Amino acid sequence: MQSKTDDIEIRLLLDALFHRYHYDFRGYAMASLKRRLVQAREHFQCESFSQLQDRVLHDPTVLPKMLSYLTVQVSEMFRDPSYFAAIREHVVPHLRTYPSLKVWVAGCSAGEELYSLIILFREEGLEERTIFYGTDINPEAYRKAEAGVYSLDRIALFTKNHQLSGGKSSLSDYYTAAYGAAVFDKSLRARAVFSDHSLVSDAVFAEMHLISCRNVLIYFERALQDRAVGLFKDSLVRRGFLGIGSKESLRFSAHANAFAEFSREARLYQKHGGPGNG
Amino acid sequence: MPMLLRSSRARPAFTRSMEALEMAEHKPDSVVPRQRFRAIVIGASAGAVEALGAILPKLPAQFPIPVMVVVHIPAESRFSLVDLFQKRCQVKLLEAADKEPIQAGTVYFAPPDYHLLVEKDFHLSLSSEEQVMFSRPSIDVLFETASDAFGTGLCGVILSGANSDGAKGLQAIVQNGGVAVVQLPESARSSAMPEAALLVCPSALVLQLEQIGTFLAQCQVGEQA
Repeated sequence: MQSKTDDIEIRLLLDALFHRYHYDFRGYAMASLKRRLVQAREHFQCESFSQLQDRVLHDPTVLPKMLSYLTVQVSEMFRDPSYFAAIREHVVPHLRTYPSLKVWVAGCSAGEELYSLIILFREEGLEERTIFYGTDINPEAYRKAEAGVYSLDRIALFTKNHQLSGGKSSLSDYYTAAYGAAVFDKSLRARAVFSDHSLVSDAVFAEMHLISCRNVLIYFERALQDRAVGLFKDSLVRRGFLGIGSKESLRFSAHANAFAEFSREARLYQKHGGPGNG
Repeated sequence: MPMLLRSSRARPAFTRSMEALEMAEHKPDSVVPRQRFRAIVIGASAGAVEALGAILPKLPAQFPIPVMVVVHIPAESRFSLVDLFQKRCQVKLLEAADKEPIQAGTVYFAPPDYHLLVEKDFHLSLSSEEQVMFSRPSIDVLFETASDAFGTGLCGVILSGANSDGAKGLQAIVQNGGVAVVQLPESARSSAMPEAALLVCPSALVLQLEQIGTFLAQCQVGEQA
């Protein structure tokens, strides 16, 4: 059956991507990955995944475009405002007790979530003592994040979300509109570091107080989810916070016991403080 | 577009299928032979509450086939289909969770603002990828991935709706040897979605809500005959 052949070819293509470029999608949940690979195959006008494999193996300029198909780039500022409201009301009071802070947005894509947190931290007077890390496996994505430029037609939604999240200022204070785009103020990224980091293969790089990784784990198979959550556990300080997507859960994770549910509704978890967890 | 969708091609299929069903009520095994499935997927949009309200309560508590449902609901909605229907249903209703194993006797709803997908090892995945045909969750995404996983063992059902989501997915189900069921457009609150589905799947079984409920409730677990 064609579907079986497709599956064989996809396995081979993922192997090829790994061996040639060290991008490892082999532990990704297949149903969604396959849909996106079909879109990539159509974009490159290939008849089969084997043809697509041939293209990407021999033409390195194909890779960036492939990555933009393979990684999901959908986010918005202050998406799920209740998540950011919960951070503002319940997490920020804990964070205030630290002299310096580190925040990591894992899988930052084009930076919407990272800017949301930076703005929130500025409004709460915590920005000055915080370093923000935005990481992604797709260099094009975190370069976009670094530029902080968004299409103007998205700004109405961002503004609405910001207000619903309990924003204390006007979002328009933070950007300049020109030529159909909104450029976010570069002072917002003065304390931000953008970098390449893979939850599949890379290790802990700093000790974090808050990690936000929303709607990233759903693209992983369970084994890879466990690896990523383990990485978050090891990265967080004792009693550090982890936020995940509104339909995600640590309930089934191998590391569920390392965390306490901090806000069930907002999907915020707090790492336990006891010995053996630090 | 709606004018185009009312194509004459789809018409004969309605009457043929209606006759088939009337006969099927007397001799279900011989006339509607394909009623063994491994999974059922249902898509509905405008008019979904009325349509599902006529179908889901007919499923018995120990319904042996898992059911996955996509209904278009606004992203910010807090309205729960599970809460709405559970007290009228015997079968267990759940909002689908990521990486949840698919179980018999359970109806899974896609959560608002997430696509619902079926993995080949028979668990569910969520995704917040781009909207498909302005919809997230998308019926096409569920149907296409479920068809990939269940092949000939899948039954796809398109109910009332005012767009054409699900047509492509239903076509994939038919192409993979599964069975398509479409609500009789005239009986639907919004006929566009059933019509769009029939345009690409003229062989679909076309039934009224009552009949769809009866048809599904009588299905048994197993590969399609």
